[in-house]
Amino acid sequence: MMLAFFMLLTEKINRMHPKNLISITDFSKDDYLKIMELAAEFEKEPNQDLLKGKVVASLFFEPSTRTRLSFETAITRLGGRIIGFTDSSSSSVTKGETLHDTIRMVSNYADMIVMRHPLEGSARYASQISGVPVINAGDGANQHPTQTLLDMYSITKTQGRLDNINIFLVGDLKYGRTVHSLLQALSVFDNPIFNFVAPPELAMPIEYKRFLDSKGIRYFEHTEFNDIISEADIIYMTRVQKERFNDPIEYEKVKNIYILKNSMLENTKPTMKILHPLPRINEIHTDVDSNPKAYYFTQALNGLYTREAIISHIMGLK
Amino acid sequence: MDKALQVSAIKDGTVIDHIPAERLFDVITILELDSCKEMITFGTNLDSKRMGQKAIIKVANRFFQGQEINKIALIAPHAKLNTIKNYHVVEKRVVEIPEEITNIVKCFNPKCITNHEAITTRFGVESKKPIELRCMYCEKITSEKQIVIK
Repeated sequence: MMLAFFMLLTEKINRMHPKNLISITDFSKDDYLKIMELAAEFEKEPNQDLLKGKVVASLFFEPSTRTRLSFETAITRLGGRIIGFTDSSSSSVTKGETLHDTIRMVSNYADMIVMRHPLEGSARYASQISGVPVINAGDGANQHPTQTLLDMYSITKTQGRLDNINIFLVGDLKYGRTVHSLLQALSVFDNPIFNFVAPPELAMPIEYKRFLDSKGIRYFEHTEFNDIISEADIIYMTRVQKERFNDPIEYEKVKNIYILKNSMLENTKPTMKILHPLPRINEIHTDVDSNPKAYYFTQALNGLYTREAIISHIMGLK
Repeated sequence: MDKALQVSAIKDGTVIDHIPAERLFDVITILELDSCKEMITFGTNLDSKRMGQKAIIKVANRFFQGQEINKIALIAPHAKLNTIKNYHVVEKRVVEIPEEITNIVKCFNPKCITNHEAITTRFGVESKKPIELRCMYCEKITSEKQIVIK
């Protein structure tokens, strides 16, 4: 109930400003479905001049490969122009400029801001300062909503639905922001089943389990892979991210525990697909790559269409 | 216990009783009593059957709205307010935890933007017992034990 209240409150904040995408819960089920529909349209025809004459600021205060390149490709394919920086060392942040002042300044120049920042909550804050829409391209370990939407598009494409999905979330479920957002998003669809596979140190936080309990959604916790993956529609692998650990020894202890190998996939459903937000380190063995159930590289391509859909939806272009 | 009055009576104003002794100065800060020009008396480390030790504040000629006084509920959840008129208690109230907490508490998350720029903190109250506050910015939960007043 309280999480629902929180969602209402964030919605209230959002309504006071231009439409933004900061947290996955900013979008309703209707928004999710609209994005799925638009992404399919952009997949058929990626080049559409909807952003012609518009300037989009791409502000990456920390490095990113996939997210930044797919956003910038999406903007280019929509006919828009890009300003911005690829890491904070080439911005006035090095001179001590606050995020507040950077956003105030940039929102005078651009029609929309796409932003990645290492501090959590920075995108929400930026959306309150900015006079133009803000899309969160990742705020520290908090939210990465465009990744979630491209994950949902990948599920829709491969399973033909978002209802009744049995999903295995594997690896770093404690720090992994993508699994938290995906859990929240899938919870608005009918009868999801969540299976969490993680070592106790990286288990799904209690607040997300309580959230599922409050909605009467089934979930199961496992500490190792076992035969139960034969039931999976989706196996969602995550990287155990070194940068999220304060203690490198803790990272070394858990980094090799959950590795998916081709031999483990024999009894899985023929329609099952393996997703991964990438970059992969070693959690999916390279012998899986040639298996038709490996979907992670196509998933990354789906990011382009999904981000074209998100930009169009937020800017009211479609 | 000595029945003598330990904090002098006021003619008109508000008595805030049952404040945890260690939170007295936080309550003074939250209610901005440090800049109040009216007569204020307070006592702390007073014996209390229920709390062990408590603090009490008496503010002359000052009457608090619910919203204003509820700000202290986070740190003094059992506080009681007596409104005094002409030396008589005309109203007794208890504090209630509001649904939203604005600019009182620090977010416990060191990586939260509110701990790096001058921002008004905002929390949704996720649970009232035990108190759990969800930061509107970083979305992390600050638990009762982690509450630090700004």
